[in-house]
Amino acid sequence: MKILVPVKRVIDYNLKPRIKADGSGVDLANIKMSMNPFDEIALEEAVRIKEAGKAEEVVAVSIGPAKAGSDTLKSARAIGADRAIHVETDEEVEPLAVAKILKAIVDEEQPQLVIMGKQAIDDDNNQTGQMLAALLGRPQGTFASKVEIDGDHVAVTREVDGGLETVRLALPAVVTTDLRLNEPRFPALPNIIKAAKKPMSTKSPADYGVDTAPRLKTLKVAEPPVRQAGEIVPDVDTLVAKLKAMGAV
Amino acid sequence: MTSLVLADHEGGTLNPATLATVTAAAALGGPVHVLVAGGGDATAAADAAAKVAGVEKVLLASDAAYAHQLAENVAPLVAGLMDGYDAFLASATTTGKNIAPRVAALMDVMQVSDIIGVEGPKTFTRPIYAGNAIATVESSDAKLVITVRGTAFDKAAAEGGSAAVENVSGAGDAGLSSFVGLEAVKSDRPELTSAGTIVSGGRALKDGPTFEQVITPLADKLGAAIGASRAAVDAGYVPNDYQVGQTGKIVAPELYIAVGISGAIQHLAGMKDSKVIVAINKDPDAPIFQVADLGLVADLFQAVPELTEKL
Repeated sequence: MKILVPVKRVIDYNLKPRIKADGSGVDLANIKMSMNPFDEIALEEAVRIKEAGKAEEVVAVSIGPAKAGSDTLKSARAIGADRAIHVETDEEVEPLAVAKILKAIVDEEQPQLVIMGKQAIDDDNNQTGQMLAALLGRPQGTFASKVEIDGDHVAVTREVDGGLETVRLALPAVVTTDLRLNEPRFPALPNIIKAAKKPMSTKSPADYGVDTAPRLKTLKVAEPPVRQAGEIVPDVDTLVAKLKAMGAV
Repeated sequence: MTSLVLADHEGGTLNPATLATVTAAAALGGPVHVLVAGGGDATAAADAAAKVAGVEKVLLASDAAYAHQLAENVAPLVAGLMDGYDAFLASATTTGKNIAPRVAALMDVMQVSDIIGVEGPKTFTRPIYAGNAIATVESSDAKLVITVRGTAFDKAAAEGGSAAVENVSGAGDAGLSSFVGLEAVKSDRPELTSAGTIVSGGRALKDGPTFEQVITPLADKLGAAIGASRAAVDAGYVPNDYQVGQTGKIVAPELYIAVGISGAIQHLAGMKDSKVIVAINKDPDAPIFQVADLGLVADLFQAVPELTEKL
């Protein structure tokens, strides 16, 4: 079995984004960028499935600028992807167009499983996996906290609002990961050195015949409304009195 | 502009998030129809949807294939109905987030996710970067597919409407997926996302039994739901579905009491729309105090039992 893992290069998880003064977007110049944490979990899961002898090859894909290839996909190969496909573009590509490019790659590569993050921590869209599954006409296991391959099916336990739901999907299938599926490893130094030697092919969206023109226009990006701090109360009695005066209890 | 809202329902009852989605749909300016897709219990949910103020018509798709809202089965049903509609809206619940993008791709539409405001017929505001920025976006697609953050819109009145219920059908089971089981959270407490009061605990609660011992009596006294920070969940004090935050549940109760929670941006993104926020923390520099209406700098192990007793 082959597993395809799409990964996105995004602002590092620990950084607070700076909004550009003209309100046109978030300033990413000279900002540390990393692999989207949910995608890192997806990659870890794929590598674990391979290590358990249930897959032969893990292929990582990233759509983005030159550094998505030289950095993000290098990390992906260091973590354990066997090879990488970089679809190079400097434009921002929306989930629908990403899903179309991934569909074309799936048609070529024929993986049995695609595992990817449930959302990217920059645009927080939470769409691409579901869209890819729709375009492929294949089932989806979103927000996964457990993935079990069982012959030609996969059982996916999903983190849903009411608890944990398990669904059984016919392979090939698309799985999107939630935070607690696993804890990604730190790649060992020899693997980091070896990563650059693993193959990577470079493509463009046009190679897959996909129009990446955006459907959504961003008119403005602004700071969220700031909630004003209230007051510090000296003791529990004052807290109770204030809560009662506010009608909160 | 006629909108179709997907009802999120369970056991014949509408999820309150659906009421907020009806309000968002009404803000688009045209009639609002509601689709209830489900198994045998969908009829009761359709009757409830018909009573919601502002709903003009209810479409009922009752079929065993829709019983667990499997996206593979529900999305083609919705896409097949969209010839008669200009916009499809679902709540940004795990059900809506699962189904809506699948519908969008079938319609070749770029979805607008998790909207918090309607600025124009095709213009919306939505949080990005874990709520650290708010984007205003305009869609150029002929039809709209939208998910709606329930806490950002008032809930439509559950009573007062008298919509007609019309039966519809789709292709049924796509044969791709099946429901195995739901390990539901059994609780007499209100559900987190619809609770009027929430008591949340953080890592300072030390361990699971201490969390229970300190937080539960206060929640009982207030008839509150119990939430937690990601740190408390990751440390194993409470199950995953207690997590309040950008990657957990987004809540906006009348009263939110944060106990031993420092207030990471991730957590604040999930609760800062609460009406009244109370923070109890022994660290006076904890960021939670910057959003709290009432802050108490104190040892929670003394303050919380005292608060429970005096309320």
